[in-house]
Amino acid sequence: MRYFQSLLWAFVAYVAVSLPASAQDAAASLDARVNEAFSNATGWFVNFIFMSIPGTSFPWIVMWLVVGATVFTIYFAAVQFRFFGHAISLVKGDYSDPEDAGEVSHFQALATALSGTVGLGNIAGVAVAVGIGGPGATFWMILAGLLGMASKFTECTLGVKYRNEYPDGTVSGGPMYYISKGFDELGLPGGKILAVLFSVFCILGALGGGNMFQANQAHAQITQITGEFPGWITGLVFAAVVFAVIVGGIKSIARVTEKIVPFMGILYVGAAIIVLIVNFDMIGWAFGQIFAGAFTGLGVAGGFVGALIQGFKRAAFSNEAGVGSAAIAHSAVKTKEPITEGFVSLLEPLIDTVVICTMTALVIIISQQLIVDEATGNYLLNEAGTAIATVDGNGGVALTSAAFGSAIGWFPFVLAIAVILFAFSTMISWSYYGLKAWTYLFGEGKTTELIFKVIFCIFIVIGAAASLGPVIDFSDAAIFAMAVVNIFCLYFLMKVVRAELASYSARLKSGEIRKFSH
Amino acid sequence: MKLVIGLDGQSSGEKALEFATGVAANSETCELIVVYVIEWSPFSFQTAEENAQRHKRREEEISIAMERVVEPAVATLKKAGHSVKAIVRHGDVADTIDDIAHSEGASQIVVARSSAGGLTSRLFGSSTANLVMNARVPVTVVA
Repeated sequence: MRYFQSLLWAFVAYVAVSLPASAQDAAASLDARVNEAFSNATGWFVNFIFMSIPGTSFPWIVMWLVVGATVFTIYFAAVQFRFFGHAISLVKGDYSDPEDAGEVSHFQALATALSGTVGLGNIAGVAVAVGIGGPGATFWMILAGLLGMASKFTECTLGVKYRNEYPDGTVSGGPMYYISKGFDELGLPGGKILAVLFSVFCILGALGGGNMFQANQAHAQITQITGEFPGWITGLVFAAVVFAVIVGGIKSIARVTEKIVPFMGILYVGAAIIVLIVNFDMIGWAFGQIFAGAFTGLGVAGGFVGALIQGFKRAAFSNEAGVGSAAIAHSAVKTKEPITEGFVSLLEPLIDTVVICTMTALVIIISQQLIVDEATGNYLLNEAGTAIATVDGNGGVALTSAAFGSAIGWFPFVLAIAVILFAFSTMISWSYYGLKAWTYLFGEGKTTELIFKVIFCIFIVIGAAASLGPVIDFSDAAIFAMAVVNIFCLYFLMKVVRAELASYSARLKSGEIRKFSH
Repeated sequence: MKLVIGLDGQSSGEKALEFATGVAANSETCELIVVYVIEWSPFSFQTAEENAQRHKRREEEISIAMERVVEPAVATLKKAGHSVKAIVRHGDVADTIDDIAHSEGASQIVVARSSAGGLTSRLFGSSTANLVMNARVPVTVVA
């Protein structure tokens, strides 16, 4: 314990010492150094994950996710639509036994999982998708969201079915558990190795998308309002607060955030609806842009394939369907029927992607931040030719902020607070996911847990200091690497879910499973 | 005759208990059901870690409630020669007491006057008031 404390202090001291008096230059060069070292260290990994299918410009990983989601949708005969109403009933508590009151409810599991996914993916990620892939990316994002509901259903059912329950009453679950236990049960080899591989990627994903991307975009949002200052300062502040929560056990901070985040989510959607109502005459036009762009690209880099790639990529990054993270969050529910958690979880991609992400995209499109070439009706590209030119040259979260700001002048301030809180709650959620993977590898124990938590906090500083490009690439790569292992294993385990589904629907039909009168 | 007694873990709950004992003494066969509700909502927000520990916490909450509030009350009533049943459950206080009374087929609910006062009860209402307004079984509020 003391050793790690001194390690942390050494790190803080290093940051302090490596800042000579001429703060501005030194800070800039520290940011640059962190940035360069980071890109060098992670480049190969990013390149591998985003390698194109030979002869095309289509990254294989995007194909992997979409094919996975499509297979699950077909295999379970569109479970996301057939059991949609039932999922709502479950969340409302219609099927909850009053005797079990006090256990984690379906609603709570859904809310916890959502607070891990609703966040910057919906605000910054969508802006990246629309900024690079044009409005057409929205269409593919919605499609990916709808298909992804089946992936979530599959992984979350398994998460509950194969979780570990400890004698002290606590639970641990997630892909690493269902992969190793499920493969053993089916007599398949290699379960343990795949579970370890997943855990390694989960840790990287927790440090990347669940941490650095969040810190990075939160910093970008803060500087939008305060003006430029070095990223490591934001990083240190965030790291200190996260440290206080996950190491210091100051639950009150986490609890307050958990209560404010849903409120912020509602406020965000509310603001988006207001922008849409004010510009209701343009909604038809915006959908026209979305459909036209989906199949032609409207001049974006890479044409319609570019739009499709961006849409699919950002949808997966935002709702995490097929990634396996939600299975960790959902496995805490004490239910007699693991499949009910699967039904509940299929609502996540719907709320996250189909509703919230689409709102963001519509606001960006309607606010006309993206510059259109009057002559051709196509979008103009920026100087580098990598993204669509915007009114103020904004990208990522700054683009969303500007889009909302053009309709509601003061909203960027609210958005800044929302972004910071979303970033914070996502970090807390992912610190838990990462920790579960870490303890799967190294065993449960105070010291091993502390090592991970300290590493997690250090990465917050790195994430805030690095520039967006390398961070976003690494974050995507790490999260998608989880999906590589997870979906591969889901193909083997999906028959277990089908058996559960058949048994459950039969009992639902026969009236054996019925609503409790409340 | 069946009587449901709602306890709140405070001295006002004791008064409800006393009153119910008096009623029971006048009746030949009276079953007393002592209920303690741990305020809980299935629609609150929790962190992943809190969820993972929820089952453990629930067991702890129930055993503390049993030990500190319910068992002493049950012991007192048994000593007085009544037949007693104890229930500890999580949920909304008013709804849960009403549900139990309804499903047990009780003829009356006895609760204490609301112990919360001032701003809190103005903002959130009081469980006793909610119970009186919504119960499907006659309610006696003991002052």
